[in-house]
Amino acid sequence: MQIFTCPFCGARDETEFRFMGEAGKQRPEGGRAVGEAEWAAYLYLQRNEKGPVREIWMHQPCGELFLLARDNVTHAAEPGVGLRPEGA
Amino acid sequence: MTGYGAARLLREGLRGHRGWTPAWRSPEPKPDYDVVIVGGGGHGLATAYYLARVHGVRRVAVVEKGWIGGGNTGRNTTVVRSSYFYPESVALYDLALRLYEGLSRELDFNIMLSQRGILTVAHTEMEMDVCARIVNAMQINGTDAELFDAERVRRVAPLLATSPGSRYPVLGGFWQGRAGVARHDAVAWGYARAADRLGVDIIQNCEVLDFIVENGACAGVVTARGPIRAGRVGLAAASHSAVLAAKAGFELPLHVYTLQAMVSEPIKPALDTVVLSLGTGVYVSQSDKGELVFGGGIDRVTSFAQRGNPPVQEAVISGLLEMFPAFGQLKLMRQWAGIVDVAPDSSPIIGPSPLPGLFLNCGWGTGGFKAIPAGGFLMAHLLARGEHHEISRPFDLDRFARGALIDEAAGSGIAH
Ligand SMILES: Cc1cc2nc3c(=O)[nH]c(=O)nc-3n(C[C@H](O)[C@H](O)[C@H](O)COP(=O)(O)OP(=O)(O)OC[C@H]3O[C@@H](n4cnc5c(N)ncnc54)[C@H](O)[C@@H]3O)c2cc1C
Ligand SMILES: [Zn+2]
Repeated sequence: MQIFTCPFCGARDETEFRFMGEAGKQRPEGGRAVGEAEWAAYLYLQRNEKGPVREIWMHQPCGELFLLARDNVTHAAEPGVGLRPEGA
Repeated sequence: MTGYGAARLLREGLRGHRGWTPAWRSPEPKPDYDVVIVGGGGHGLATAYYLARVHGVRRVAVVEKGWIGGGNTGRNTTVVRSSYFYPESVALYDLALRLYEGLSRELDFNIMLSQRGILTVAHTEMEMDVCARIVNAMQINGTDAELFDAERVRRVAPLLATSPGSRYPVLGGFWQGRAGVARHDAVAWGYARAADRLGVDIIQNCEVLDFIVENGACAGVVTARGPIRAGRVGLAAASHSAVLAAKAGFELPLHVYTLQAMVSEPIKPALDTVVLSLGTGVYVSQSDKGELVFGGGIDRVTSFAQRGNPPVQEAVISGLLEMFPAFGQLKLMRQWAGIVDVAPDSSPIIGPSPLPGLFLNCGWGTGGFKAIPAGGFLMAHLLARGEHHEISRPFDLDRFARGALIDEAAGSGIAH
């Protein structure tokens, strides 16, 4: 069993969490001006790094999205870091 | 004599099995080849075989970082079928099944294909509708499929819990009689031996670290045992295709997940078909040794760890026991996992890559064992001619930008 740490609720069982995607993706600006290839890249392409990764996860009971730094080979995980700006 | 016929077995048995020779060579890599294939799984080995056999391209090397068939090909639950929804998929997977049907003879190697049929069972009205829809699609697309009522399900799998009082009562399902199982190692070894005999170099324990890029095109690979030049390079490294893509300067639309499977202790014959539940996602068959081989969904944590996590094991085992309460008496013998390369539409990627000279055969995810003969056949066509066979065309990487996804995850509710 893997234990992940929600920045708000603390350490919980992996079954409560949901992988949302790799961190650092930027939605292309410019609406219709954005080409098909760029949209496809945003929607579908993944870096797929092996080893240390930074990902966005959701803790489903509280609904919070957060940054999880983890190693996808050893399964070691650092505590999750909230994504809200300070004080929000 | 080089085969495994009865006379040879008897003779070797009497001589203490000292006369067997390796089924393929272990050559040193040559400095250059017409084609280098990265990855000695089923898809890489089959590609090499068809390159030599169909296209007469014999200066071919398969470069494998570990041992051939040691990736997902040697870890899968060996279900072969063509029960998919879209015409493009049925064309692909039925080509594979047809090639499998003649493969033992073609390779002179018993791949132990057992067309015992697959029974997909439905537990709700909605799932029955899904079954009827898939059966219609499969028949229109020219492959065999039959809609079953509850009585026919019971006749095929009498141990299955079907009563209205069970957790997953069975309303019916669908049947593909040509589906079944084959021996995974034999598929890898059979292709390897046949390719080797046609002059293909199978180079094991040789990791590909990078690509040689000249004038903007791929001109070979850099391996742990030095550079190897090639006219064209094929990438068939399953999940590691995504890692290697980064070396070639592009990203792939793949997620890398763990998929687990398990076997029970061996028992007497109790199940002579493959059973898949649309409700639990669990599927099971009985191996020739008597073990129940079963699995279910993926671990939804991206991972390269090649080992599974307990929550999914628990879900799969409880699903199996709700379907077959009698199996609750059995001991679990082994559990293992592979790392599977899953595309957003659960369909494979076959075609040129963004780097000229480098071609892709990956994204087979949770279901590419059944496709090995077709994946190899189509990839060989691509590498020999530099252009698609009509069956592989829809599976090109360009489908993502064109919005022409072949969404089998939604279409056929895939399991493996
Ligand atoms: C538990 C489980 C159950 C499954 N059940 C089924 C099933 O019932 N039916 C079905 O159809 N499919 C099933 N599958 C899926 C199937 O196993 C795969 O889709 C298929 O085996 C993929 O074959 P491949 O040749 O592409 O990959 P692999 O067999 O994984 O081969 C890729 C090879 O590339 C090598 N490699 C990686 N990196 C490098 C490098 N840098 N240099 C050199 N070599 C490298 C690896 O060592 C590996 O041998 C299952 C998978 C798993 C894990
Ligand atoms: Zn929380």
